[in-house]
Amino acid sequence: MTAVIEVTGLTKRYGGEAVVDDISFHVDAGEIFGILGPNGAGKTTAVECLEGLRRRDSGEVRILGLDPRTDRHRLHQRIGVQLQESQLQEKLKVREALELYASFYPDPADWRELLERWGLSGKADTRFAKLSGGQKQRLFIALALIGNPEVVFLDELTSGLDPGARHATWDLISQVRAQGVTVVLVSHFMDEVEELCDRVAILERGRIAALDTPAGLVDRAGGEYRVRFRPMAQPDRPGLDEQSLAALPGVTAVSRHNAQVTVTGTGDFASAVTAELARRQVLVADLRIEGRSLDSAYVALTGRSMES
Amino acid sequence: MNGFSRLAYVETKLFLRETGAAIGVFGLPVALVIGFGLIPGFSDPQKGLSGQIGTEYIASISVAIVLAVLGLTGVPMVIGQYRERGILRRLGVTPVRPLTLLLADLMVWAASAILSVAVVIGVARLAYHVPAPHLAGWFILSLLLGIAALFSLGLLVAAAAPTARSSAGLGWLLFFPNMFFAGVYFPTEEMSPVMRQIGNFTPLGSALHAVRDSWMGLTPRPEYLGIMAAYAVIAAALSARFFRWEQA
Repeated sequence: MTAVIEVTGLTKRYGGEAVVDDISFHVDAGEIFGILGPNGAGKTTAVECLEGLRRRDSGEVRILGLDPRTDRHRLHQRIGVQLQESQLQEKLKVREALELYASFYPDPADWRELLERWGLSGKADTRFAKLSGGQKQRLFIALALIGNPEVVFLDELTSGLDPGARHATWDLISQVRAQGVTVVLVSHFMDEVEELCDRVAILERGRIAALDTPAGLVDRAGGEYRVRFRPMAQPDRPGLDEQSLAALPGVTAVSRHNAQVTVTGTGDFASAVTAELARRQVLVADLRIEGRSLDSAYVALTGRSMES
Repeated sequence: MNGFSRLAYVETKLFLRETGAAIGVFGLPVALVIGFGLIPGFSDPQKGLSGQIGTEYIASISVAIVLAVLGLTGVPMVIGQYRERGILRRLGVTPVRPLTLLLADLMVWAASAILSVAVVIGVARLAYHVPAPHLAGWFILSLLLGIAALFSLGLLVAAAAPTARSSAGLGWLLFFPNMFFAGVYFPTEEMSPVMRQIGNFTPLGSALHAVRDSWMGLTPRPEYLGIMAAYAVIAAALSARFFRWEQA
């Protein structure tokens, strides 16, 4: 794997206060890299320093080997950007916007194909102001891809999209990656990051609080989680032995409420529990693992929830 | 087409889609010439207008209106909006600079002004036999300096104003006194010497004087041309220094 983005000690200050404070990370070719954090954590500022929209105060940034401070023009031919909260000219038609942006790049994509793929083919002659929020969002994603970029930056990709459209967008982003494009995704949605990203940097007050795969973050956060299930009635079997479950490594408590059994523990105890159930040939219904999500890992790692 | 010509092409289409702008820039000036020309005897030299033919005077007024409408209302409004809507910022992450959009727009608007003036000259000539500007060279120079002065002032308004709304508002705030002192509402011949002096120092006032003079066959006074050039250079320099590409 070669790194297409290398960031070392990136710092950006406003009025003496470091909004982005000495962050370092790298992104490999073909990765979907997430930058997660609450509003005001410095995510957008950090990414805008990478895109060449803002000048960093210190640190080193290389994207595709280019410095966004000194090589803006060459960099912009090779990256695509979807900015947060951007608009177009009200009376500009979708087709005109795509043709216009295509004319900026040396080797643009076929805009008709992008229109099709992003579900806008019926809207080619619609003016920007007449598009719905979701259509505008998809147009901006299409504009980010029009130059056939090698790296694409997406800032709050699915804001303003309904749940169906969000999932469809995730599928499309996976396809974009499958074509070898590296994706940097700025988000404050856990589910989005968990679904899409290979690795995630959690940004808090301008610093990287944690950086790992989503699963790695969940593991690292540790903490207790629960496995719940309902043993099925099996008269000819010895049935469930709660003591033996409690003795499994990692398990801290076993409780039974009516037909529902709850096993609490840390680490990878869930697989030990299911192995034990299998060994004793206990059939269970409604097996669920609770509390083991990026959401709770985030709280554990940063000491606060996303909204606060 | 490259980025600049594609931008200019798209911005021309967008300009023509703004009905209000099209009426202000192309409709109103011609309507004024046609309307005033219907007044009996107005095609004769007018004593109260330093001997200028009435319709020729109105045609000069139309030129001033085109300059003021575009420079003081169009430029600040559109550029303020493009900044507020993040259009300039979005261009900042493409191989094309946001400056390219500003230049394309200024070119489209300047071309519209020149076209509108050409239409005014043509209509006045065809309808009322108003002669084309006698000193064509001085007339063109005056027109170009007028465009430069008023557009630069409009740019400076957009540079100074924090929002799209304040940019448009500030533009209108300059529009009315400029129109008044320039002598668009009533001729400078009827003004007090103090008012006339103030008018001479407004960009629109010096533009209108220079346009009227060269139309009648008088070489425009150098101070008119100098004042326009000064506005153009100073306002453009200040805009370049203070212009912000994104809304704070």
